[in-house]
Amino acid sequence: MTSIETAAPRPTEAPPLLSLRNVTKAYGSLKALDAVSMDVPAGEWLSIVGPSGSGKTTLMNIVGCLDRPTSGEVLLAGHSIAGLGGRALSDIRRTTVGLIFQKFHLIAHLNAVENVMVAQYYHSMPDEAEARAALDRVGLADRATHLPSQLSGGEQQRVCIARALINYPRLVLADEPTGNLDAANEHIVLELFRRLHEEGTTLIVVTHDPEVAREGGREIALDHGHVVREVHHG
Amino acid sequence: MFWRMVRAALTRQRTSRVMIALTMTLGACVATAMLGVMFDVGDKVNAELKAYGANIVVQPKGAAVLTDLYDDAAALASTASLRESDLANIPTIFWAHNIVDFAPFLEHRVTLLTDDAGPSPPQATIVGTWFAHELMGAAGQHTTAGLISMRSWWQVDGGWIADQDEGLALVGANLADAAGIAIGDTLTVDGGQGRSRDLRVAGIIHSSGPESDQLVAPLSTVQALAGRAGEVGRVEVAALTTPDNDLARRAARNPESLSVSEMETWYCTAYASSIAYQLDEVLTDAVAKPVRQVTESEGSILAKTQLLMLLVTALSLAASALAIANLMTASVMERAPEIGLLKAVGARDGSVVGLILAEMGVTGLAGGALGYGLGLGFAQVIGHAVFGESIAVRPIVAASVVVLVGVVIVAGAIPSIRMLARLRPADVLHGR
Ligand SMILES: Nc1ncnc2c1ncn2[C@@H]1O[C@H](COP(=O)(O)OP(=O)(O)O)[C@@H](O)[C@H]1O
Ligand SMILES: [Mg+2]
Repeated sequence: MTSIETAAPRPTEAPPLLSLRNVTKAYGSLKALDAVSMDVPAGEWLSIVGPSGSGKTTLMNIVGCLDRPTSGEVLLAGHSIAGLGGRALSDIRRTTVGLIFQKFHLIAHLNAVENVMVAQYYHSMPDEAEARAALDRVGLADRATHLPSQLSGGEQQRVCIARALINYPRLVLADEPTGNLDAANEHIVLELFRRLHEEGTTLIVVTHDPEVAREGGREIALDHGHVVREVHHG
Repeated sequence: MFWRMVRAALTRQRTSRVMIALTMTLGACVATAMLGVMFDVGDKVNAELKAYGANIVVQPKGAAVLTDLYDDAAALASTASLRESDLANIPTIFWAHNIVDFAPFLEHRVTLLTDDAGPSPPQATIVGTWFAHELMGAAGQHTTAGLISMRSWWQVDGGWIADQDEGLALVGANLADAAGIAIGDTLTVDGGQGRSRDLRVAGIIHSSGPESDQLVAPLSTVQALAGRAGEVGRVEVAALTTPDNDLARRAARNPESLSVSEMETWYCTAYASSIAYQLDEVLTDAVAKPVRQVTESEGSILAKTQLLMLLVTALSLAASALAIANLMTASVMERAPEIGLLKAVGARDGSVVGLILAEMGVTGLAGGALGYGLGLGFAQVIGHAVFGESIAVRPIVAASVVVLVGVVIVAGAIPSIRMLARLRPADVLHGR
């Protein structure tokens, strides 16, 4: 276990999939992120922890191309995204990133398989067979035509995961993915993440739950927009 | 997938969708009714205005020249006359369909010999006319011409008489008061030169015109009293006319001055002057003249009525667009997480706008179609309430309503589209 004040990039052989340099996000005088630097090599499972309001979601939004930093440099898959416009950001988001939310954000009037197909539609071509296969992989083959309101929280989160994975993103971002789930469903979701990790997908998981955080190979703690701690597991 | 998403979306958020559709229904209904009435109102308003009297007067040639020369030459003119038999030609002219009504008039000065007449018995003018005369048009259709419809606003106590009631007459209210005449009285009417008749009073005319001091009787009665069998002094014609333009005014001054093609255009347009010209052609020794003031005011009242209807249409559509803009904005706000999600999985602003517009378009068009149907009915209600007739809705109304509904949908969608474009997924997806 090592604990350090700032996250000095550790030298790696291959260029990292994600690299942040002095990333700052300011809301007026409040700095939600304050000069954050980190590297995430391809294939890593990184946990982000920290108290509420410490900047975890802000960090995820910037990495997920949903938001832009006030200053600093973000390199994602070799592209600098800090200065890109909305259209270019949405292109990178579509091709590179899969998003998993605490509140699932399924479209209420579309059934499970259609919710997965939406991501296909905006990525390339909707393919119902492939979308059903993705639901099968998260154990929901028999729920394909259910509306979100007919699914339990855990099932909805699995649809959300299937949607995030359908276009084979290189980076999966999950913001408190188990925050709304009971222990049983939490285990199912973690099992899915383990499988993803084994397949080589890069995972960044924000969590409050120390047990979930320990699943990652590395854990970074944020507080008041600073990286305050970095822990390597296993 | 696009339409799958649209279809799925249309089945939820029912209330706000129904509201949008209803708003569009209302707008389209008013637009259809107003435009339907507007395009058909020309004929209706003209038909209404015929109540104000004739817009073309036909006089014998001699009389017309004299009235033009001397202001007060009507008395001199009374000897020149038109032929009653020619009148049958009027429904055969090119614009016969536009002739709403006409009536001949023959006036004669008579002495009234009542029982209690003193040394100087009262004198009065008796007017002979048609009341409801059956005629056959060129196409074999029956038309009725005469005073009963041309003076529909007269109030006649005791009731109108018929053309074959040669022993009956109507008396103007002033004259009846002055000479002590009541309904049912029999008057001995002396036309001079030994021509006299007994006429029973069938009705009293209440009106503000000259007839208040006159007697009105069937044409044949007056022809007999005046010794002018088959003659007519004047014909009044009520015709539906197109408002005059430059061409019509030049033609009215001198038809010979027109080129062949101008002549063609003029002849085949229902100007008062071209109808008058055609009347000249079928009536021997006659001069037909538009009565200008009436014709022009008809045109301007019509234009004002139509302008009013256009304004009502524009206002109701603007109101619809505003209401739709409100409903749409509320609906987009409610759906912000969904829209944010679409953007988060990679939808561009344009695709999201397209999706929302398609939903909106389907909703609005459904409302618009319903509104068009209701508007057709509403137009008939207006037609019957205001004009007592059906409205013939023209194809151009359908075309205009389709275009207007499209414009209203797009205009109503603009504020929510701007909102959609501004909406950032980061702000809505984490529930701040
Ligand atoms: N859009 C925003 N406007 C103003 N302040 C914001 C905004 N987003 C986040 N913040 C602030 O930035 C800080 C970090 O927020 P966030 O990243 O959501 O924290 P966490 O996800 O770690 O709970 C908080 O103090 C929050 O209030
Ligand atoms: Mg958060």
